[in-house]
Amino acid sequence: MASTIKLEIVTPDRVVLSEEVEYVGVPGVMGQFGVLKNHIPYLSALSIGSLYYKKGGDTKYVFVSGGFAEVDGESITILAESAERAEEIDVERAKKAKERAERRLKEQSEEIDYARARAALMRAIERIKTKERVGM
Amino acid sequence: MPSLKDVKKKIESVQKTQQITRAMNMVASAKLRRAQERIEKFRPYADKYYEMLKDLSKGVDVSVHPLLEPREEIKATGIVLITSERGLCGAFNTNLITKAEKLIKEKSAEGKAVKILAVGRKAAHAAKKVDSAEILNSYIGVMDNFDFTLANKIGLEIIKAYEDHVVDEVYLIYGQFVSILRQEPVALQILPVTQPEAEEEENQGPQALYMYEPSVEGLLAELLPRFIKVQVYRGLLDTSASEHAARMTAMDTASKNCDDMIHKLTLAYNKARQAAITAELLDIVGGAEALKG
Repeated sequence: MASTIKLEIVTPDRVVLSEEVEYVGVPGVMGQFGVLKNHIPYLSALSIGSLYYKKGGDTKYVFVSGGFAEVDGESITILAESAERAEEIDVERAKKAKERAERRLKEQSEEIDYARARAALMRAIERIKTKERVGM
Repeated sequence: MPSLKDVKKKIESVQKTQQITRAMNMVASAKLRRAQERIEKFRPYADKYYEMLKDLSKGVDVSVHPLLEPREEIKATGIVLITSERGLCGAFNTNLITKAEKLIKEKSAEGKAVKILAVGRKAAHAAKKVDSAEILNSYIGVMDNFDFTLANKIGLEIIKAYEDHVVDEVYLIYGQFVSILRQEPVALQILPVTQPEAEEEENQGPQALYMYEPSVEGLLAELLPRFIKVQVYRGLLDTSASEHAARMTAMDTASKNCDDMIHKLTLAYNKARQAAITAELLDIVGGAEALKG
């Protein structure tokens, strides 16, 4: 039995995941980083993207956006504004959101709208990617 | 003396009212349960947030981020007032509004301009009546069904107002949910962010040294705006739960009052009926006696 680390993913609405896992790959703002047991204490902001974890030979994916990861040797806690397990992602909705965001970006009206549309587009793209990684 | 028919009508109308208050009580209790569940689910997130911010802001100078730094001169106070959309929940909204009025008076007396951001119909109506305060924005019809996006929107608006120097400090007024029987109006300063106090540090032993990415400043820049939203969301959730709890209690009392009233009216009805029968009997007996004679 490989040594495990406790992975917890929390959003304002629910605890998405709380499990003992072997390895976690986290999309940090400075790039992807991996976490195993006994990792040094570490605090990082997250980018929009997909997180994955390994457990008993399986690899699972979770979409996360806007949050932080706090790591100590025994556990890793992800605080995200939104997080969805791959099987929960609604691809149709993400595709529609993507189209909407792309349309808005083309119009390029105001700066604030631009930033928001870009973030929306990023989220939609990453959601779709997360889903595709699982091979649907 | 009201006629028998009038009393009977009155009883029926009170019974109908009671049906409504009972139904409202039941609806409120179901909604309260849901609201409480949401608070329970949100708590781990909020708690973690406080913890992280505490770790991070420890020993950090307030000048590293504008949201942390108190302004030297405070010209305008912003108040975010959260109430429910509907009444019929006892003194709940009145208490919140009174709390806000008190704060407005206090701040006005200090020569500060007061600007209100109202959340909930009752708050919006109350804000309109206050002459000494300006309304920044009103959110109406949002409290019945909201999620984190609402806190997000409100949070962004407050932060923008703060950064643009429209306001120099911000208070959040909401109904804290203590128990089903107790809800307290609370005024909480959310901007500038006050550093959470580090308590009993000696007992915790050596603190783990964290590695930060990108940097402490960079992380704070991400954390602080979200922290505002987390606090707003907590205010929204608490107010919503408090509203339902207050309505439940109010409707329970109303149903009991209906019971009392029905009891009294039934008594009056029976008495009046008895009196009528007695009078009729007396008439008959009197008539019979007269015929005999």
